[in-house]
Amino acid sequence: MAAVLRIPTVLRPAMGGESVIAVEGSTVGEVLLKLTTTYPAIKGQLLNDDGTLHRFLNVYVNDDDVRYLGGVEASIANNDEITLLPAVAGGVW
Amino acid sequence: MLTLSSAQRDAILATCIRALPNEGCGLLLGAADGVVREVVPSRNVADSAKVYEIDPGVLLRAYRRADEEGIDVLGVFHSHTHSEAYPSPTDVRQAPDPSWHYVIVSLRDTPAELLSYRVVDEVVSPEPVKFLN
Repeated sequence: MAAVLRIPTVLRPAMGGESVIAVEGSTVGEVLLKLTTTYPAIKGQLLNDDGTLHRFLNVYVNDDDVRYLGGVEASIANNDEITLLPAVAGGVW
Repeated sequence: MLTLSSAQRDAILATCIRALPNEGCGLLLGAADGVVREVVPSRNVADSAKVYEIDPGVLLRAYRRADEEGIDVLGVFHSHTHSEAYPSPTDVRQAPDPSWHYVIVSLRDTPAELLSYRVVDEVVSPEPVKFLN
């Protein structure tokens, strides 16, 4: 399936500077795995070693947070819009 | 430099005070020159007095609105309820965008203090904040 991936400013330097790219894959996990192959520098920001979503990465398919759609198993349809949003967080821990 | 209107400063402070006893937080939208166009309050999804996390749904909608309006997400604000308005080590580690303005409100003393920082490669630099009437 071909989908559109929206890349936040913080990840663009490590992903060729693009803000929007076309991606292929039938699940979120497939898409993210392909991205880590193409852009190895971002691997640690996308996926844990066990292939699950990184705690501080939010992924949306269209308007839906994939954590409520099965995480990396969430399916991708043609022309879906995938958005990567690293968490904005901090604190004194 | 970060430029805020008095109303925007008041909105930031009100968001932080309403969140007590937890840390308050939100996003800043505006032009690349650091002039804030809009303050976007967020729920602190960490629900904590010691940590904050912007609601990812608020983040998604903020990015979309910024794209539609031809502006940027300029940065983030959050409160320190019992400590100074300076980034904690965790704030620094979690501040990966060198283009962002990181605003911290200290509610430790009265009046509250609002300061802004840039964080580049984990190096913290204070920046001036200009308040417009």
